[in-house]
Amino acid sequence: MADTVPILRIEHMTKRYGDKEVLKDASLSINKGELKVLIGPSGGGKSTLLQCINFLIKPDRGRIWLDGTEIIRAKGKALYAYRQKVGMIFQDFNLFDHLTALHNVQIGLVRVKGMQAKAAKERATQELDRVGLKNHMHQYPAELSGGQKQRVSIARALAMDPEIMLLDEPTSALDPELISEVLDAIRTLRSSGMTMIMSTHQIGFAGEVADELIFLEKGSIVETGPPAKILYDAEYPRTRDFCSKITELYANSSS
Amino acid sequence: MNELFFLQPDIISALARGLWVSVQLIIPSSLFGVIIGVTVGALRVYGNPLVKRIADGYVLVFRGFPLVVQLFIWYFGLPHIGIYLTSFGASVLGFSLCSGAYQSEYVRGAFLSVKTGQTMAARALGFSGIKTVLFVTLPQAFRRALPGCGNEIIYLIKYSSLAYMITCIELTGEGKIIASDSFRFTETFMVIGAIYLVLTSVAAWILRRLEDRLYIPGFEQYS
Amino acid sequence: MTESLIVLYGALPYLLRGSLVTIAVVAGAMMLGLVLGIHLAVGQVYGGRWLRRVIGVYVWFFRGVPLLVLLFLFYFGLCSLLQINLSAFTVSVIVLGLISSAYQSQIFRGAIMSLPQGQLKAARALGMSDGKAIALIILPQTLRLSIPGWSNEYSIVLKDSAVAYALGVMEMMARAHFVASRTYEHLPLYFAAGFLFMILTYLGTKGLRILEEKVRIPGYSA
Repeated sequence: MADTVPILRIEHMTKRYGDKEVLKDASLSINKGELKVLIGPSGGGKSTLLQCINFLIKPDRGRIWLDGTEIIRAKGKALYAYRQKVGMIFQDFNLFDHLTALHNVQIGLVRVKGMQAKAAKERATQELDRVGLKNHMHQYPAELSGGQKQRVSIARALAMDPEIMLLDEPTSALDPELISEVLDAIRTLRSSGMTMIMSTHQIGFAGEVADELIFLEKGSIVETGPPAKILYDAEYPRTRDFCSKITELYANSSS
Repeated sequence: MNELFFLQPDIISALARGLWVSVQLIIPSSLFGVIIGVTVGALRVYGNPLVKRIADGYVLVFRGFPLVVQLFIWYFGLPHIGIYLTSFGASVLGFSLCSGAYQSEYVRGAFLSVKTGQTMAARALGFSGIKTVLFVTLPQAFRRALPGCGNEIIYLIKYSSLAYMITCIELTGEGKIIASDSFRFTETFMVIGAIYLVLTSVAAWILRRLEDRLYIPGFEQYS
Repeated sequence: MTESLIVLYGALPYLLRGSLVTIAVVAGAMMLGLVLGIHLAVGQVYGGRWLRRVIGVYVWFFRGVPLLVLLFLFYFGLCSLLQINLSAFTVSVIVLGLISSAYQSQIFRGAIMSLPQGQLKAARALGMSDGKAIALIILPQTLRLSIPGWSNEYSIVLKDSAVAYALGVMEMMARAHFVASRTYEHLPLYFAAGFLFMILTYLGTKGLRILEEKVRIPGYSA
């Protein structure tokens, strides 16, 4: 295990806005098929970290390797090619409002990958079928529920054949009764071997599926470890504090 | 009293002549207006600070001056600095520049209304900057700008009558001549008004059809 | 250059007196438009099928025919047909007011329809007649919501009022052109008139913003 090259490695990622450091020297690596979950208080840097990984936010400092190759010139074609390999799921879905579910999945295949429209449609239909939305593929975003929207966005990302997926609080904008359908989709993804980094407040889900939890606070990675350790036996008081509060909350809300 | 006054060949041909001049005023002016509006609107959103300021200044003045004043400047004013325009040319110039300033407001609003999440998602999928604008920003902005820009063209149809005030004899001008010659002011201007009503109604109908065709459920069309 | 300035300086009082005429035309037209517009809007929202249809035609007509054509129709046509002697000033106020009433009615209609349904229901539940409910509950809210749209309409009517020059009303534009054709200083005078219009627009919209702030109900927005 030790000599396998991690599929994604980042080192010393730093981002500041003015004199506020929102991400401080964050490093992590992830192997193929792993799921790592970022936890921590809101505004702790989870979203910034994820968006720095695919350069939606340009980090001030830091290096990134995908599959052992460093991403050096994150500009132009190289950047677009890299982003195709890194799928992203947003908290508020960001489906293209002017396109049907099918076209949302299809547009990247045609316009970015240069696929023929017919082949792209077939592929898009397949991906929508996989998330259980084949019957809704001609509907517009506004006609879908939040859970359905998020599943379309998962299909949209998967259609690009990414090597890794970043999920930025994929259930935070959903009504409670819709959360489970999205979590189910993520579970299925996990068992199919997709590599994922996800931020979430669903601590129970994180504990159940994650290989590793990463606790982020005030822009720094405080502690990393297997779920059992982070949740119940954390080294740092800040981690323990956060985890006890959030598990309590979770226990109450699910009872 | 001849009840068939408006069916006389010379009256009909005068009205047709006027209508033709009006159409020749309206079509190029609205076309130039849209081109100017899209360009200026985009510059006001994406331009550098200096360009933005210039574009904002243009819009402020051309929306601030009454159209009549602008037409008088182009037709009676420009000769003083050695530029002579025909009344037709001055009208098209005046309508285009004024309409462009109003159009740019809708275009600007439409560009601003495209949520940042939309462009973020496009970039996350690997879209280049140009492709993001082409396939995500423009299609959305176009739909949002359409009702406002279409209404502006309907306004332009009506305002084209002001060309008469700088001696460009279009539909209203021909009407004035017919009315003065025949002393049938009420009937003549009723007929002229009806022709404009048809023009604006047809334009409004086309606009509505276009909006219906482009309708997307739940896609907010705020004006 | 200096010559132009001297002409301009001499003409300014004359232009400013013209601005009073412009203000009078616009104020008259806006008031007429307000009174008619409110009634049209209420009729269009709460009226029966026929009333709604008649109002629809009225609005369609006055929004579809050019101002200049209507001015000619009323001044040269209808006035002599009906044997009534109205001044160019009065006709301008009436025509601008009628057109504006069509546009204003749509502003008020939009505002009325944006009010929550419960407002009218609650008023009826208190035993108010529909007329009272509209006058006491619906309109006070509607008018507040309409101020931004009304302010926009003001700036349009103000600029349109320059067309009254076509009937010989001696408002700002007419005066600018009058002086220009005698002094051959066209450009400075037109620009002066243009900027005076901009100043009037600014003052009017500013005043309406202050009014909007004054009559604002804390925490209320629709």
